[in-house]
Parts: sequence; structure tokens; C-alpha cells
Amino acid sequence: MKFSFSPEQEEFRSNLRRFLADRSSTKEVRRLMETEAGYERAAWQKMNVDLGLTAVRIPEAYGGQGFGFGEQAIVLEEMGRALACAPYFSTAVLAAGAILNAGSEADKRALLPGIASGETVATLAWVEDNGRWDAEGTTLKAASSGGGWTLDGHKSFVLDGHTADLIVVLARAPQGPTLFTVAGDARGLARRAVEAMDPTRKMARLEFNGVSARLLGEAGQAAAAFARTMDEAAILLANEMAGGAERLREDALAYARMRMQFGRPIASFQSMKHKQADMLVDVELAKSAAYYAAAALDEGDSDIPAIACLAKAQASEAYLQTAIHAIQIHGGIGFTWDNDTHLWFKRAKASEVFLGDATHHRELMMQRWAA
Amino acid sequence: MTELTEASVRAEVRAWLAANWNPDLGLVEWRNKLIDSGWGVPGWPRQWYGRDLSPGLVPAVEEEIQKSGAIGVAKAGIRTLAAATILAHGTDLHKQKFLRRILTGEDTWCQLFSEPGSGSDVAGAVTRAELRGNKWVVNGQKVWTTSAHHADYGLLLARTDWDKPKHKGLSYFIIDMHQPGVKVQPLKQMNGHASFNQVFMTDAEVMPEFLVANVGDGWQVTTTTLMHERRGADALRSWAVGSTREGRAYDEERAEIATVMEPYKWYPQRAGRVDLILTRARETGRIDDPVLRQEIARVLIMSKSAEWLARRARTAQELGRPQGPEGSLGKLIASNVARAAARVHTQISGADALLSGDDGPMKGVIAEILVSVPATSIAGGTDEIQRNIIAERVLKMPREPSIDTDKPFRDVPRNTVS
Repeated sequence: MKFSFSPEQEEFRSNLRRFLADRSSTKEVRRLMETEAGYERAAWQKMNVDLGLTAVRIPEAYGGQGFGFGEQAIVLEEMGRALACAPYFSTAVLAAGAILNAGSEADKRALLPGIASGETVATLAWVEDNGRWDAEGTTLKAASSGGGWTLDGHKSFVLDGHTADLIVVLARAPQGPTLFTVAGDARGLARRAVEAMDPTRKMARLEFNGVSARLLGEAGQAAAAFARTMDEAAILLANEMAGGAERLREDALAYARMRMQFGRPIASFQSMKHKQADMLVDVELAKSAAYYAAAALDEGDSDIPAIACLAKAQASEAYLQTAIHAIQIHGGIGFTWDNDTHLWFKRAKASEVFLGDATHHRELMMQRWAA
Repeated sequence: MTELTEASVRAEVRAWLAANWNPDLGLVEWRNKLIDSGWGVPGWPRQWYGRDLSPGLVPAVEEEIQKSGAIGVAKAGIRTLAAATILAHGTDLHKQKFLRRILTGEDTWCQLFSEPGSGSDVAGAVTRAELRGNKWVVNGQKVWTTSAHHADYGLLLARTDWDKPKHKGLSYFIIDMHQPGVKVQPLKQMNGHASFNQVFMTDAEVMPEFLVANVGDGWQVTTTTLMHERRGADALRSWAVGSTREGRAYDEERAEIATVMEPYKWYPQRAGRVDLILTRARETGRIDDPVLRQEIARVLIMSKSAEWLARRARTAQELGRPQGPEGSLGKLIASNVARAAARVHTQISGADALLSGDDGPMKGVIAEILVSVPATSIAGGTDEIQRNIIAERVLKMPREPSIDTDKPFRDVPRNTVS
């Protein structure tokens, strides 16, 4: 198992960090989060072309760069750090992951090049109003007629669902759980942006009324591919959260050094130092679990389902705890709109819940690992 | 000279071991051979039994030795700290006299730093060493001294100048523990074990050539020892597991380990025994309790993440890269894990947690865990001190204003308990 990044990976990370520091300042984040889409398509496509971000883990045969989860985890950690507003998680993690895991060769050739080039914004719609993150919660129905398929039902909490060009949908077909793709502008599909607690990451509710859909992979065979996609998504989200938590920790430290009270910087108070040390512990544990999990994906570790739960639970708690400490260290200014800390706090809160919270993942881990 | 690669190093070690390793040799005889070959401590300088091997290649050598079943140099106990300190600050005389016998296991060592009045504040030591004629004469009391009862030598921090500020008036000595005037007394802990000793020194003598570095440089040398202690704390305790193979060298190694590890025998309990949690939860049936499952998962997650964090730090070290912040966190995290594990063990055992000894769960092992855990966050530097170190050295946060670093030590208010 790899426990360090190669010099090439480190260079990729520092280039990306510089780029994001420049293009995704909090001023820019605040501007984009006020828009309904949450990003600007032209700017995102240009940035994506420059850096090839959505192409990172897509194989070269489908127009991608063919790197591994290790590299994609770096992208997510840096995007989480910068709180970059872009349809990356929806497109490159959820949709691309589902297509790679479930799609036939023909599906991949048809769908992945657009994602790799950055032209297609895509997403995965699986969870419904019942808020269940697993396949068993699916009620949306798929029916076949005359060689085609139609979908009826709804999907909730769909990342970038109101702007995506391509939606991968998990449905209940007579044969069993099945994945489909639907065009964003398909007839019978009603999309509504919902007001999300984290304004930097937009979500939508989708209504399907006899929407015609294309089968992805084989009918009734999606369970394993979907579960695998969820494990990968949990691990990559853990890396994103680790990046956000580290940024919060660093910002809180910088503030504590600068902020004077009782004639000295508050960073010189032992209570502050102990809090910062505890924050470092939380963040480094979360990073270690997230890095390990990403490396385990690349190595095809058979324990992935349990490791994914572990990494998600660890990162969820560390990120939120770090955000709470960061606000506390900022004092009164910390809970104002003007201060940037709340932006990460909201992302931490949303990421804690998205894909299942820590309690959910701890129980799943016990089922998968222990008994 | 040909470039050394991991493969070439491994091949060379394997060939040497194939030609030389013999379990029927005496332990000291074998180790002397190993030391002469340079493979015993390949990262050390050539002049002192090593091969100047880059740190990245050292683990490969250790792995080959282990794979072959051969016994390595003596590593368990405080001797590792003595070796590191002598290598860094010792004179050629010290190196000649002590290093080889440390590596062969012939001498064991102890560390005489902490005192009743100076636990975390080691630089507040008041044990005094005075130059009388041509000898240093030592008077004072040390405490928390692991292995002092079988140590041949001690690493001694003593005050030699009361008119200088606290860090400047200290000197570092090597002291012979088998001399008149050195008295070792076991110190019984709340768990009933005596892992540590108190050491009383009354007019104990040290020859001037056993001063390490210069008079007044004791603090600098002490930091080297402490740095190695923190970095190697887990290794110090977990390293020594005897082989079950047969042969004279193995027999002698088992005897050595039994002696060195005797004071550490309760340490595995201190780690909270995360490894026993699932076993206990299954045998008590508590594994089915949904609330307890959450608590168990929390501990497993913390402990696994900590293991991976330690491996990140170790990998960086092996690759010769600057260590990140993760390197300083191990001890603090280990005590967090131990506390959390003890809490879960209590929940799993329920009423049986009231029992100890043979009546207690797992024949008393659980009781040991529960009453030993408070030591975790104190021994080897308290959690509070670890947090200060992390904040000040890793995060570079400003130091607490200090009131005792500039004035003569004589004038610093001190604990009068002794």
C-alpha cells in the first residue's frame, strides 16, 4: 500500500492549488453561490480544458487521461480546500463512476468522451424523498415498451440536477435495480432547484413523467456497480472533506496569530494551542484514512466497502468538528456572513449528511467488517 | 563504486546471512559478528559499526534479517536512546566503551531525567553534580526510571550551576549504576505493578571523562534523547518479541527479552487493547447492541486511522523526505485511542467490569486495561505537554510567556516537595 505521493503527484497538487487560489477566491465563491446554477459553464469548461480535471480518471480509450483514484483524490482534496464551485463531484465522481462501473463498452464510448472533455455536465440521481442512500430506497419505476424504456417517479438531492446535460438514474425495473441515462432536457422531466443549506453546492428535485431513457449496462444488473460507485464516491468525498478541513484549520491558525487580546496574540494562550493541536489530530487522522482509502481503490483492496465507510465517517466528524472549532476561534466575527468560515461550515455540514452520515457509515462498517 | 539499490542491498545481506547466521552461536558471539559486518546498524557511520546506508534502505536490511530468522542487534529498552545520544554527542571514548556493548546486549541502560519536583518540566532538575577534586559527585533523587533495577549505566541529567538560568546550568553524564551511593527502589503504581523505580544518589561519583558534551550543555543533549524517545516510544515497547525457534542464540535472546521487557509487561494494557474489543463484544453478545456498535466503530475507526497516519510518517522518513506534522501526533493520538478503548471495554463488560484478577473478564486482562489507562496520558510526556509541543514546534504558535528562563535558577520558585 502506498503511503506517499510521487513527485509528479505533488507537482500536480501544487499546480492545482495555485490555480484554484487564483480562480476560486472566496470572492469568486461568494459570487457564484448566488447564481442559480452555482457555476458558470463557460468558465468551468475553460478551467477544465486547461487542467483536464474531469478527464483525470477516465481511461484514455474514452478520451480521458487514465490516471487512478490517487490522482482524482488530489483533485477533490484541492477543490474541497478551495471550496471550488463546479459540477465536478456530480460529473466526474458520481456520473462518470456509475458509467465506468455499470456501462457496456458501447455506453462508455458514447458517454465518457463528452465528460472527459468537460463539455458534458452530468450527474447521478439515486436517492429519493425518503432520504435513503442505498439502492433499496428506490421507488422510481422503469418500464420497457417497444424496445425503449420509460421512467416514472422522482429523485431528490440530485447534485447539479437542474443544470446537468446528462442524468444517470437508478430505477426499479421488473428485472431488478437498473441504471439509465436521461438527457437533461428530456420530455416529461421536470427539474427544480431546491434551496440547499450549502449554497456552494446546488441540488435539485427531479420529477419523471414517462421520460424516455437509455439503458446503461444490463437491465436488472446494476446492484453491484451501483454499490461500487457509492463506495468510490464516499472515499472521494472523504478526500474532499479532508481538504476543506485542512483549509479551515490553517485559516483559524492564521487568525489566532493575528488576533490580539489582553495585549498578546490569542495564539499564545494555552487553551488556543491545545485546541489547535486537537484540530491537527482530527485533520491528520481524516487525511490518513482518506489517502489510505484512495490508494486501496487503486490497489483493488477487497476490503473497500468497509474502508469506504471508515473514511467517510472519519472525515465527516473531523470536518464538522474543525469547522466548529474554527468558528469558535474566530469569536464573534466567526458567525457573521462577512467572515468566510461559514462557507466551509456549511459545506462540512452538507458533506456530513450527503451519502449518509457518520452514524450510518459506522453501522455499515460494522456490518461489512465485524458482524 | 557501484550504485546501491534496494535489490543489491537485499542480495548482499541475504548472501552474508546465508554464510554467517547460525542459531547455535552464543548471542553475544553472533551479535559481534553481525556488528563487524556493518549490517547490524547499517544506517550508522562506518567508523562505528555501520555502513552509512541511506535511511531509505535501512528497513530493507532489517526485513532481510528478520526473514532469515537471524537475530538482530539488541534494540529493546532504553539502550536505543543511549546509543542515539552517544552517537550524536559522545566522545570517541564513549563510543568505544559503550556502543558495541549496547548493540551486543551486554549492557542495559536507564534514563535519569525526571524528578519528584520536575515531571514535565525536566529542565527544572535539582539533582546536583559538583566537581570535587577530579570527580563529579552526584546528590539527588530521580523518579519514573524504567529498568533502573537491572541497568548497568544511566543517562543522567544534573544541575552543575545554580547561578545560570535553568536550561544553561545543566550537564549530562553517563553514570555507573553498580556503584556505592546509587540506590534503586521500585515504585508501585495504582495498578499494582512496579514498572518504574525511584533512584537515590548519595555522593555517587562520576569520572570527568563521562561528562557528555560540555559542562552546561546538558539540556541540548537531553533534547536529543527525548526526541528519540518520543519518536520511538511505540518501538521501545513493542519491539521485543522473542522467536519461538530453537537454538542457543534464540534461548539467550528470549532470556534477554524477558529481563528487558519485564517492567513493560503491563504496557500492552495501556494501549487500551483495541485488538480485544471485537472478541469481547462477540463473547458477551454485546456486539448486537446498536448503541455499543457505534462506540465500537468509533474506536476501530480512530485506531485504524492512527495506524495509517503512523505509516504515512514512517514512509516519509524512509524516503528521506521531511516529515510532516503527522510525525508529532502519535503519542497524543495513542492516548486518545486508549481512553476511548477503555470506555468501550467498560461498556462491553457491564457489571463484570467490577471484577479483577481471575474473577474478572479475560482472567483480569480487562481490569488491567481499565485501571492502567490513566497512565497513558501522563507517562512519556503528558497529553498537555504533547499539545504544547505540537502547537509550538509544528504549528509554530507563540510560546507561553515564561518567567523562569532568564533568571538564575537559584532564584526560580520551586516545588519544595522532595
